[in-house]
Amino acid sequence: MPSGRTVLTFAGLTVREASRRRLLVAVAILTLIVIVGTGWGFAQLRSPTIDHGHPLSQLTLTVAAAQMLIVVAFLFAGVLALIAVLVAAGSISGDIESHLALALLARPVRRSELLLGKWLGMATVLVAYAVVSGTLELVAVDVATGYVPPHPVQLIGYVAALGLNLLTLTLLLSTRLAGMTAGIIPIVCYFMAWIGGIVGGVGQALGNNALMAAATVTKILLPTDGLWRGAVYAMEPAAIIATVRSAGAFAAANPFSAAYPPATAFLVWAVIWFAAILALALWSMRTREI
Amino acid sequence: MGSRMVDLRERRLEAAAKEASPAIHCVELTKRYGSTLALAGLTMTVPRGEVFGFLGPNGAGKTTAVKLLLGLVPATSGEGWVLGQRLGDVDARQRIGYLPELFRYQPWLSGREVMALHCRLARLPRSVWSEEIAAALSLVGLEERADDRIRTYSKGMQQRLGLGVALLGAPELVFLDEPTSALDPVGRHQVRQIIYRLRERGTTVFLNSHMLTELEMVCDRVAMVDRGRVIATGTLDQLLSGNACRIRVSGLDLGQRRSLARFGDLDDDGEAITVRGLGPERVPELVAEIVGMGGRVYAVEPRHQSLEDRFLELLREG
Ligand SMILES: Nc1ncnc2c1ncn2[C@@H]1O[C@H](COP(=O)(O)OP(=O)(O)O)[C@@H](O)[C@H]1O
Ligand SMILES: [Mg+2]
Repeated sequence: MPSGRTVLTFAGLTVREASRRRLLVAVAILTLIVIVGTGWGFAQLRSPTIDHGHPLSQLTLTVAAAQMLIVVAFLFAGVLALIAVLVAAGSISGDIESHLALALLARPVRRSELLLGKWLGMATVLVAYAVVSGTLELVAVDVATGYVPPHPVQLIGYVAALGLNLLTLTLLLSTRLAGMTAGIIPIVCYFMAWIGGIVGGVGQALGNNALMAAATVTKILLPTDGLWRGAVYAMEPAAIIATVRSAGAFAAANPFSAAYPPATAFLVWAVIWFAAILALALWSMRTREI
Repeated sequence: MGSRMVDLRERRLEAAAKEASPAIHCVELTKRYGSTLALAGLTMTVPRGEVFGFLGPNGAGKTTAVKLLLGLVPATSGEGWVLGQRLGDVDARQRIGYLPELFRYQPWLSGREVMALHCRLARLPRSVWSEEIAAALSLVGLEERADDRIRTYSKGMQQRLGLGVALLGAPELVFLDEPTSALDPVGRHQVRQIIYRLRERGTTVFLNSHMLTELEMVCDRVAMVDRGRVIATGTLDQLLSGNACRIRVSGLDLGQRRSLARFGDLDDDGEAITVRGLGPERVPELVAEIVGMGGRVYAVEPRHQSLEDRFLELLREG
């Protein structure tokens, strides 16, 4: 059984590494720039002359703010995914290749504790980033336009879950593959899954079973796009949902819209997927040569 | 019934092993990496308190043996006990220190921080950390750089740090894998002094090295390995085939020279006679004999067979 104390030691070490390597500061500064920039953009929606010399109606303002927020959230989710992948890609393989892990593992320490500790440290950074940057952005949008998405907590939850899934997948690859390889694969998969969601929407619109099946397979292999759609749904005000639903099947192909929240079965699968990948990572770590 | 008996027997064996509990005991320990046989049936016992040298050329399997003994990699076959615990026992590592051959420590931490990390991982009580760290730093001569980032350390300083880390918490058993590889002669001398001090303290030291001459001075016992096999083991006295004496002499005829064979094996190159298997106490007697026969002695050079000579000899024989 992994000892919680040792796991926490490695988690703390991982956070300290991120901070010593100035990752935290760099990300914080970039995020602040993005939030100020997008906040300025949102504020323009309130300009009394924005629409050919006239202000926007309340409904148009809400819809426009919601659409802009979805695109900004896509940016944040992408950044989060990249951070997850880049941080995790070299975390195990790098330490083993450089023989850094050797001195650590010769202590009364299990390999599982090192892996779980690294996971916990990176997950903490990731979730903290999702919560802090998400909250700041939502506050900025609220101040600029008075718009608040209907389910802000779920929004942040889905984005964080997306990051955690990618983090875990990358960590699994990092137990066996060199940093660069372990990083490129999840990034490609992330975009494939995104495209898979669009393909599935097209298949649905055309009634094409093959396309729909292909999309389902990608969704099962990597649940990130399904989680992204959950985040989108959490950002849609009633007016947009009504429009999307009345647009029928074709709307499903739009990766920036969602007519329905994710199915419970999918969410259960996302949790199982995550647990299975983590278990696989533990097994892979335990059985590799160092 | 049969399996229960085996079970009991095994348990008794295990209990006996713990009681007698040499520092290291292993039987037919074998490690295969794919098609490479890195260690081919290592069987040995290292009693507690001994400085044990594990010598052999590069690729002989020394590092692999240490990794197996530490439980860092699983054995392909065979079994072993370290400090009375089966290989791979996590808690036994609390009492073991290890300096890896290819060492690297978190470059973004300071030396002191790395030591604190290892104190924590070794489960030392927090109250002794600062004392342990100060002692280890001064032992390896790193006090002045202790608060600098390891990124700024030279290779030799990193090896000193590794040695200090391995000695934290006064472990009962220390594995040093090529501990002097990055050190200058002064550093090597210091490492020898540290090993002497460990021996005084009763610590068992398992020393890997391919630099045979360095080990002659510090080891109580050595095993010589080649291609995954131990080819000889014993104390230095047992391994080295005694002493020899080389005498440059003139004025003796052939018969007189031959008569010296009663002192030991002769090797006569015309200019000098080398007598092997001659204890140092008999050298004056030999010289007196030569002078008595009318020989003129120019030089008397007592010679030790070195580990290196012996190792090469063994390789040639095997
Ligand atoms: N992780 C590994 N994978 C494959 N082969 C290895 C590995 N580690 C060691 N070996 C091989 O095992 C043999 C013994 O290596 P090693 O124990 O490092 O020797 P030494 O420490 O005596 O120089 C060598 O042939 C080496 O190439
Ligand atoms: Mg070696």
